[in-house]
Amino acid sequence: MMITLRQVALTYQSPHGETEALRDITFSVEEGEFVSVVGPSGCGKSTLLSVIAGLETPCGGTVTVGGETVDGPSATIGFMPQRDGLFEWRSIWNNVTLGLQVRRLTDDEHFAHVRQLLARYDLADFADKRPSELSGGMRQRCALIRTLATDPYILLLDEPFSALDYQTRLSVSADIHDIIRREHKTALLVTHDIAEAISLSDRIVVLSQRPAVVRSVHCLDELRGIPPLERRDTAVFHTVFNTVWKELNAVD
Amino acid sequence: MTEQRKRYLRRRRRYTVCIQIGRVLLLVAALALWEIAARLSLVDPFIVSSPSRVVATLATLYTSGDLWLHLGTSCLETVIGFVLGTLLGTAVAVCLWWSETLSRLLDPYLVVLGALPKTALGPIFIVWIGAGTASIVAMALAISVVVTIMNMHVGFLSTDKQKIRLMRSFGATRGQILRFLVFPANYDTLFNTFRVNVGLSWVGVIMGEFLVSKAGLGYLIVYGSQVFNMDLVMATVLLLAIAAVVMYQGILWLERLFKKQLGVMG
Repeated sequence: MMITLRQVALTYQSPHGETEALRDITFSVEEGEFVSVVGPSGCGKSTLLSVIAGLETPCGGTVTVGGETVDGPSATIGFMPQRDGLFEWRSIWNNVTLGLQVRRLTDDEHFAHVRQLLARYDLADFADKRPSELSGGMRQRCALIRTLATDPYILLLDEPFSALDYQTRLSVSADIHDIIRREHKTALLVTHDIAEAISLSDRIVVLSQRPAVVRSVHCLDELRGIPPLERRDTAVFHTVFNTVWKELNAVD
Repeated sequence: MTEQRKRYLRRRRRYTVCIQIGRVLLLVAALALWEIAARLSLVDPFIVSSPSRVVATLATLYTSGDLWLHLGTSCLETVIGFVLGTLLGTAVAVCLWWSETLSRLLDPYLVVLGALPKTALGPIFIVWIGAGTASIVAMALAISVVVTIMNMHVGFLSTDKQKIRLMRSFGATRGQILRFLVFPANYDTLFNTFRVNVGLSWVGVIMGEFLVSKAGLGYLIVYGSQVFNMDLVMATVLLLAIAAVVMYQGILWLERLFKKQLGVMG
């Protein structure tokens, strides 16, 4: 299932004025691909994910997922919010099954799937614990399992690692990356961290400052198959990093 | 355990004990001073009463059975006022969260109601719903309901936007967002409101009893002051203080119980 954005534009209206968040966004994500969107802070990256998730309606252009125009939240898309967004008053089990409870899919078959995921990613013993009893990395994995529980085809990740410290961030992002590959999901990650984008993705879409347009797209075919942490030592990594850095800092 | 740690703990314990003793001494000294001043006629016991007279009055109230009647009446009114005020206030807050239009419409009126001293409404209640228990409960309700609405509404609105986004991405309805996220995220707000409301309900009940009642602690205080029986007034204020503290502690106990339950259920 692929995502296609064609000339997507979105302007917010408020009593204080108009804010043009997205001006002209055109790109696509192929099935099974891991694509990152990088852009300066406040350039509308989160808005872009909201549009794809069907939480916001664009003013112009079209968004299609699997050939169908997006017109609201759908089960084909899983959304992972900024920070981990775990509910502190719920146990880990009730957190990871939140989506199933909302969609009323609380049958044995779905629960068995979640149990399998928890076991596969070393969280089975923590099902009855509270989020506050888990480390940052474990919480992040729970957040991902919560998204995977409803078995979406596509994952949208909104700066999920931004609240973690540098050390944790490196290992957790590699972890999450491996899980996404292993579960054969299509993923679109939004981040302001260029290094993170290069180490995790097949392709990088660079956005300009607000109002956002696509400034460039970088294919990372040379890095295909190299694990995230090892990518950081390659020459390609540094070349791409410098190019993207310059693009982000360029003034139109 | 290290020697240093032991010494620290010992010093800590001794300090705590000293504070406890100090508290008791403070009370005993105040009571003794009051008693002696009254006995030596340094102050007029007819006006300021004295601890021994207060105790004697309490004993009389107890033997005549009036104690439980008045205490029970006031407590019951407070509990009813508290429960109604909290339920109604929370329900209105939910409605305001649900409909921004409603919240915008009612905003200035809530500000006025919040600023208005609710006790001024007492005579209106008496005319409208009669000089009786209903008016007293209405007072308690009126005082606690507006605060509840405002506290809970602000709490609901401050729910993490990212979590709301997550719920919406699951296709959650507004009702589900409320049930799964917005309400549970505000358990702390709710219990803080409970604590405030217990105190406010007492204010409403005592105020109401001053105005209309034939029984209750507020009635005893007014009656005592009118017949210049200061022993009765002082004894009743003491009872009131105890009842209010017990109820406040009850809320704290409920909160702990609820949190423990929540921990078990998950």
